[in-house]
Amino acid sequence: MATTAEALRGRAPREEKFRVCPATGLRIHIAAQTLIKANAVVAVIFLAIGGLFGLMVALTRWQAVHLLPAEWFYMILTAHGLDVLLVWIIFFEVAVLYFASTVLLNSRLATPRLAWVAFALMLIGALIVNVTVLEGESSVMFTSYPPMQAAPNFYLGLILFAVGALVACFIFFGTLVIAREEGTYEGSIPLVTFGALTAAIIAVYTLVSGAIILVPTWLWSLGLISHIDPLMYKLVWWGMGHSSQQINVSAHVAIWYLIIAVVLGGKPLSEKVSRGAFLLYIFFLQLAAAHHLLAEPGLSSNWKIFNTSYAMYLAVLGSMIHGLTVPGAVEAAQRRRGYTNGIFEWLRRAPWDNPAFSAMFLSLVMFGFLGGISGVVLGTEQLNLMLHNTLYVPGHFHATVVTGTTLAFMGVTYLVIPLIFQREVMWPQVAKWQPYVFGAGAAGISLFMMGAGTLGVARRHWDITFTDAYLSFDYPATAFLMLGLNGLSAILAAAGGIMYVAVTVASILFGKPATAETFSQGRMIAPCGPQVATTYGSAGTWHLPGTYVLVGVFFGAFVLYYFVNWKYLSELWPLG
Amino acid sequence: MAIRPPEQRVWWNEPVERGELVWIGIAFLWGLVMFFMMVWWHFTGEQNLSNEAYRISPDDFATRTETMAEAHTVREEGDTGYPVVHPPPGSDVYMLARLWEWWPILELEKGQSYRLHLSSMDWQHGFSLQPENINIQVHPGYELVMQVTPDEAGEFSVVCNEYCGIGHHTMVGKIYVVEPGQGGAAAAAEGG
Repeated sequence: MATTAEALRGRAPREEKFRVCPATGLRIHIAAQTLIKANAVVAVIFLAIGGLFGLMVALTRWQAVHLLPAEWFYMILTAHGLDVLLVWIIFFEVAVLYFASTVLLNSRLATPRLAWVAFALMLIGALIVNVTVLEGESSVMFTSYPPMQAAPNFYLGLILFAVGALVACFIFFGTLVIAREEGTYEGSIPLVTFGALTAAIIAVYTLVSGAIILVPTWLWSLGLISHIDPLMYKLVWWGMGHSSQQINVSAHVAIWYLIIAVVLGGKPLSEKVSRGAFLLYIFFLQLAAAHHLLAEPGLSSNWKIFNTSYAMYLAVLGSMIHGLTVPGAVEAAQRRRGYTNGIFEWLRRAPWDNPAFSAMFLSLVMFGFLGGISGVVLGTEQLNLMLHNTLYVPGHFHATVVTGTTLAFMGVTYLVIPLIFQREVMWPQVAKWQPYVFGAGAAGISLFMMGAGTLGVARRHWDITFTDAYLSFDYPATAFLMLGLNGLSAILAAAGGIMYVAVTVASILFGKPATAETFSQGRMIAPCGPQVATTYGSAGTWHLPGTYVLVGVFFGAFVLYYFVNWKYLSELWPLG
Repeated sequence: MAIRPPEQRVWWNEPVERGELVWIGIAFLWGLVMFFMMVWWHFTGEQNLSNEAYRISPDDFATRTETMAEAHTVREEGDTGYPVVHPPPGSDVYMLARLWEWWPILELEKGQSYRLHLSSMDWQHGFSLQPENINIQVHPGYELVMQVTPDEAGEFSVVCNEYCGIGHHTMVGKIYVVEPGQGGAAAAAEGG
């Protein structure tokens, strides 16, 4: 590795430009800063486009509105999945990787020029996919299950995007090597960088899986390969499809820790425990491709049970650990700041009007309660029979990816604007309410889709009244109510999304330059807290009754909901 | 702070506080409970997805389905042209999926067990039995065989819940469940 670093260092010009952050004192590499900005801006643009598509989908599902005709619905739904699940999130994650490896390590970025190549590949790939889908011949959904076939450019665009993202991951790894070689930091990498490293390692596995399946599928669409086995495709494709969501989990957990550190001066309760939890992600999260194969013929129950449970729920264990240590870090920081009365003064007096903090905490709670619990239920071999391919599935992953990842990314944006773009956040009142509006809308989307799914409503379905079908079927009236409420929630979420994009774009273009004064007066972001306790795990700092109550409530809800679903299952027709 | 290197250089030797250890223990045990719940249900539960599956060509599967339908069709569903097939209890019954229909309509007897075979002629489809809410993926080239025992009489619909192109939302099939010894020719006579 040393030789690689030397080679990279040898090639790099010595007169790298840096600036010193007035808030944190960290050295920021200008070339890296420009790349962080570019990736973040493109991410937000695709969030706006994909979010608009999502609103159109929800308004079509609302049977009383039924906005789009069928062809359009399936086309827009395909584009929605690609733009938000893939393009928005991966672009933002690349920005996070560059941030965690340069700013947090005081380091320069390895090969900025190659990083621009990666950026261009991803952007070109994303544009090709969008144009191809909107031409109308590739309405194959995000998953593009064969033998259904899209136009060759659909797969080509995805391959280019994946290659670009893979290059970005390796630039991140290269930067870690350079930072260590050049001694830009002391000791081990910070926890946030460790979380980003977890995300990058999972990303390599993810993107390689994607390449393994998308390259032959592309050749198949060109007529060069005669057959793609649908079951094999699903197995490998979900090595990308599900693992890419595990990149999100690692990235947004890292961002939770980042926001706590910057806003509250909080620190992890135990470096060992938090890093151990990330390590569990690296070892076990990738088994989750099985979540999508539980209702499939041709795979044994032994295989399904071992893989769907991440080898006895060891990755769930990782998330449950973060579920204690993240709120625990908030409570510990708040108690150090003097909010020590009762069980919950620390929570009541938290900076709820700081959008970075409120977005982080809402993301934490909703990811755990809505996304986490529903994910485990959905991924249980037998319970999946009641839920497979119903609207429960999008309900679940909107809870993880929208209320979890997207909300966390929105929160950190309010720190990125002053720290990286060096602008003050405009319209503080709008920014203050934005996480609540978006969070409420996204929670509604998740809950009402899960509700409709529990009633059996199919996902990816244009018309649940079956008007044009030869044989009729009526879903219960409650299902229609659920989809109406889903539509209203989508409008609310769209309002929150517009608030986010408006504040972000306006601040970047027209915001007042952020100076040392901005930070010292705590405008938009609270000053870093006092650096008190110096040792971990001492009984004096480790009194966190509020966190224990929260975790207890979570655990109770989890156990109850889990067994209620087994009760429902036991009422179905006997099968075997 | 999580944005700075750990304060203790040798952070991996720090003691872990008891509260954290207790929670890790609880979470680990809960994982074991959930894991063995799935295993346990295979021995004691009545709802498990069958592990019996074969590779089969769509043509072979269609032939078998048609053979069953020819032998046991009891009536036609209204003027839709769909045969309603009432196979003998305990027998092998077939339902095929294709763009955009489930074929044929089955009539089963309550409390009797059948070996239900599912496969697709073309793309992937989703067998979603409503309002019962049993959902199974159907692949072309693979045949799933499972034992089913309908435990209530009534009219059930099979909605396709795997997106299969522009006609996806019109793909609905039916399964009737009748009291033992009823249905079949009797229902045809009643219906006129």
